[in-house]
Amino acid sequence: MSALNDLTIAQLRDGLTARKFSAREVADAYLAAMEKQRGLNAFILETPDVARAQAAASDAKLAKGEAGALEGVPLGIKDLFCTKDVQTTAGSHILEGFKPPYESTVSQNLFDAGAVMLGKLNLDEFAMGSANITSYFGPVKNPWKRKDGKDLVPGGSSGGSAASVAAHIVAGATGTDTGGSIRQPASFTGIVGIKPTYGRCSRWGIVAFASSLDQAGPMTRDVRDAAIMLGAMAGHDVKDSTSVPLPVPNYEAAMTGDIRGLRFGIPKEYRVDGMPAEIEKLWQQGIDWMKAAGAEPVEISLPHTKYALPTYYIIAPAEASSNLARYDGVRYGLRVPGNTLDEMYENTRAAGFGAEVRRRILIGTYVLSAGYYDAYYLKAQKVRTLIFQDFQEAWKKCDVILTPTAPSAAFGIGDKADDPIAMYLNDVFTVPVNLAGLPGMSVPAGLSGDGLPLGLQLIGKPFDEPTLFRVGGVLETAANFKARPGA
Amino acid sequence: MSLDPATVARIATLARIKIAPDEQVRIAGELNTILDWVEQLKTLDTSAVEPMTSTVEMVMPQRADQVTDGGYPNKILANATEPVRVSTTEEMGGFFTVPKVVE
Repeated sequence: MSALNDLTIAQLRDGLTARKFSAREVADAYLAAMEKQRGLNAFILETPDVARAQAAASDAKLAKGEAGALEGVPLGIKDLFCTKDVQTTAGSHILEGFKPPYESTVSQNLFDAGAVMLGKLNLDEFAMGSANITSYFGPVKNPWKRKDGKDLVPGGSSGGSAASVAAHIVAGATGTDTGGSIRQPASFTGIVGIKPTYGRCSRWGIVAFASSLDQAGPMTRDVRDAAIMLGAMAGHDVKDSTSVPLPVPNYEAAMTGDIRGLRFGIPKEYRVDGMPAEIEKLWQQGIDWMKAAGAEPVEISLPHTKYALPTYYIIAPAEASSNLARYDGVRYGLRVPGNTLDEMYENTRAAGFGAEVRRRILIGTYVLSAGYYDAYYLKAQKVRTLIFQDFQEAWKKCDVILTPTAPSAAFGIGDKADDPIAMYLNDVFTVPVNLAGLPGMSVPAGLSGDGLPLGLQLIGKPFDEPTLFRVGGVLETAANFKARPGA
Repeated sequence: MSLDPATVARIATLARIKIAPDEQVRIAGELNTILDWVEQLKTLDTSAVEPMTSTVEMVMPQRADQVTDGGYPNKILANATEPVRVSTTEEMGGFFTVPKVVE
């Protein structure tokens, strides 16, 4: 039998239900694996005591035949989800030491389904970044290495989530995705990640970045595990009025393996200038796999694609500047004294926020300020409508859209750090999906010339996650991606 | 439109983030790089386009107007920077201090 921490969530579920091993044994196997991989810096906080207590509770439920969908499954929780009485930092100095007196709805849903928490995972500060290099608690390393041995980024912002899933030190992890923060790191680390439709998961208790774009989703080793995990995370929540009161489908059952007759769109505008040949090749490979499975490619046009990133970099900072106004040093978190109240605010926020967060708050403040609101913020909201309409037109011709997830494989820690726009371009294929509120999934599909994982992205109609799981399962089978980091 | 250091200082005040005068020029440069890049949106004619406020077409769900949570000031004060507890036994006894706001 393979090591317990090499089993998928589905295999753990079957083994635990059949009592082949106990939840406590699984938790201990993961805690030991985590300890060996501390060099990745994937965790801001390890919670072994919580894990052992929850595993013991799971064993009791398993003994009584009352197991939930994730009973005894050890997960990592991105440190953007508030966890009751457990430090939640959002990767920021300003929240260091903050212990929420409440539990986020998504993490509560996971615990209600029997999940075991191994710890809180590192991320870009306030989820702002594409490389997990802006965390106050240091960068996360990608378990994958390039041939030259250089340390690579795991992508971001859910970098700790991606690295820990890829390194098999968690069975699955929660992520959040505002512009690509689940899908791009999933692509960089060879795992599966899905950002569901806006409104599918409750945002209550998740530290807010850009409220009209943020969504939580699972990051796992395979498509089936993502289906199991999303089924437990999703659902309406009276505490988040933007969560949609629709029943949660059985995503695992949607994986029929049959995509015959399905029309999949290939957006011509995604053939961006300077796209590496290996990304182009992977995309073509994906098209061929889907054709071989009986689906029909359709060329589609999303004409406003090139405006998506500039639109995002107005809307997201604008919302962030408003959301992050609450960190003022008054009620909780860091406080740096000053001679006046305003000086206390200014000192606290200067010391508490890192450079990228400060930059985005300043941009957001500017685009919302008197005299510039119409030129920037209102303009961006109108372009967002055009991007949304592009997709509505596309759905007249196709059922799902296939694209690359990111324009490159993982890059070195420190690369692109001095050029914000080069960093922002990582999200060129993922950002339009958030702006339109659609579901998107990254599936590992191949290796770059440097031996690094590359993902393909599937974009679905609103609340059509079942189709993403069905197609994702077919792509996964065709790609047969078995490579492991450090192997 | 180009930001000058004085505008950076004004935004920083609005955002309540202290920026030292010698940093203003560098930050103005960084912000201008981003603003120059988003300038391309101006080439689009959006005169007949409605701004997007929500991607999901739905009637906002409402819940019953009932108090379902709260009543635990001590738990909330556990995160306060300078909590002052009048009494550890009295539920409503806690409060926290803030810097002086009235001169």
